[in-house]
Amino acid sequence: MNSKEFIARRVAREFKSGDLANLGAGIPGQAAKYLDPAVKVYLHAENGIVGAGPWPADEPIDVFSTDASENPVSIVPGGAIVDSCTSFGLIRGGHLQTTVLGAMQVDMEGNLANWLVPGGKMAGMGGAMDLVCGAKRVVIAMEHCAKDGSPKILRKCTFPLTGLRVVTSIITELGYFDVTPDGLVLKEIAPGVTLEEITRKTEAPFAVSPTLSEMTVD
Amino acid sequence: MASIYELDQAVRLIRDGDTVLAGGFYGNGTPALIVDELIRQGQKNLTIANNDGNTTEKGVGRLIASGQVKKFICSWCGRLGILPQLVDEGKIELELCPQGTFAERIRAAGFGLGGVLTPTGLGTIVEEKWAERVTLNGRDWLYHAPLKGNVAIVEADRADTEGNLVFHLTQRAFSQVMCFAADLVIAEINRPIEPAGNIDPQDVHVPGVVVDILVQGKGGNHEQ
Repeated sequence: MNSKEFIARRVAREFKSGDLANLGAGIPGQAAKYLDPAVKVYLHAENGIVGAGPWPADEPIDVFSTDASENPVSIVPGGAIVDSCTSFGLIRGGHLQTTVLGAMQVDMEGNLANWLVPGGKMAGMGGAMDLVCGAKRVVIAMEHCAKDGSPKILRKCTFPLTGLRVVTSIITELGYFDVTPDGLVLKEIAPGVTLEEITRKTEAPFAVSPTLSEMTVD
Repeated sequence: MASIYELDQAVRLIRDGDTVLAGGFYGNGTPALIVDELIRQGQKNLTIANNDGNTTEKGVGRLIASGQVKKFICSWCGRLGILPQLVDEGKIELELCPQGTFAERIRAAGFGLGGVLTPTGLGTIVEEKWAERVTLNGRDWLYHAPLKGNVAIVEADRADTEGNLVFHLTQRAFSQVMCFAADLVIAEINRPIEPAGNIDPQDVHVPGVVVDILVQGKGGNHEQ
């Protein structure tokens, strides 16, 4: 199992039955494949789907049954279609339990940068700012370090922010952190990973939970 | 109450300099025939409000490629590779708005409200560039003005001769609320336009009283 799959499988355990959840593009979206069928999660798509499910490969694609990344999806039995005001009302109004998003940078105060690199092309925030502002839990799922090996969990984000003090938890291939008012707390550590390695690859200081456990996936 | 117009006659009602609210998410739900005709007629200096513009091949990105847009208001434009350079050269003004705020600004315009107060974007570039922080009863919000169009252009699945509209699945997205927020609402209808009374009143997404012009679209096929 590669690190992205490991992260996605751990993300898949973040939900409970009845949750409305939004999974961002990339690793977060991969988690949909690993959801426990016994846990009924309603997946939200910004373009107006409450209860997105897998698209049967043998069916022709309907462009109006696609998610916010334009992947074809089905609408699960019991699902619903809403307009954009309602879709974002569900997010902003506190009706969305969890959003899982990728990040370029996240810091010890829970600040998040995931939409714009300084000097980069300004492609827009889409629904990300609404999601991090409105969801009850904001879970960041990402590889622990950037491609060049530099840390992504920082003392202070340097890129333009998506949201201020919004992140609840961070899941990487090395461990699982909670963001608390006192800073980061490592509560799970991946098999074979040492505290020394996580410390070396994390710019932000973090506490280790007294109940630190091994990060396992199904 | 709506009138049925020929495509060219309907699009001629859109003028140089108009602000156009355009439905569609990644171009799905953007009225393709109306965009074709806008390119043919060549209206200039348009302000377009659309979620993402999609690409220069499909969606309102085509109007950016054809040089007809002076200002683009969207939440995301990552598929429009030509846009950053046009913005840098000062040829197009780009206004970014978080997607949920974008929808609510249109709703505010359509429903007689003075604007939007939202926590979304506090402490970000949105506050620096496009919104105003206000404090009410000890809580901070970003204020955004309503976003009203001279014209709204949307695609719908079904319509009757009164202009009642029904969307197909996510075709609804921003289009439903846009129909309330423009002086002139033009809807391109995929299926053959039906007689009044054909659509069950409780299935109507947009009441015909706010729809001005219907244009017959190509057919009811959503499949790729």
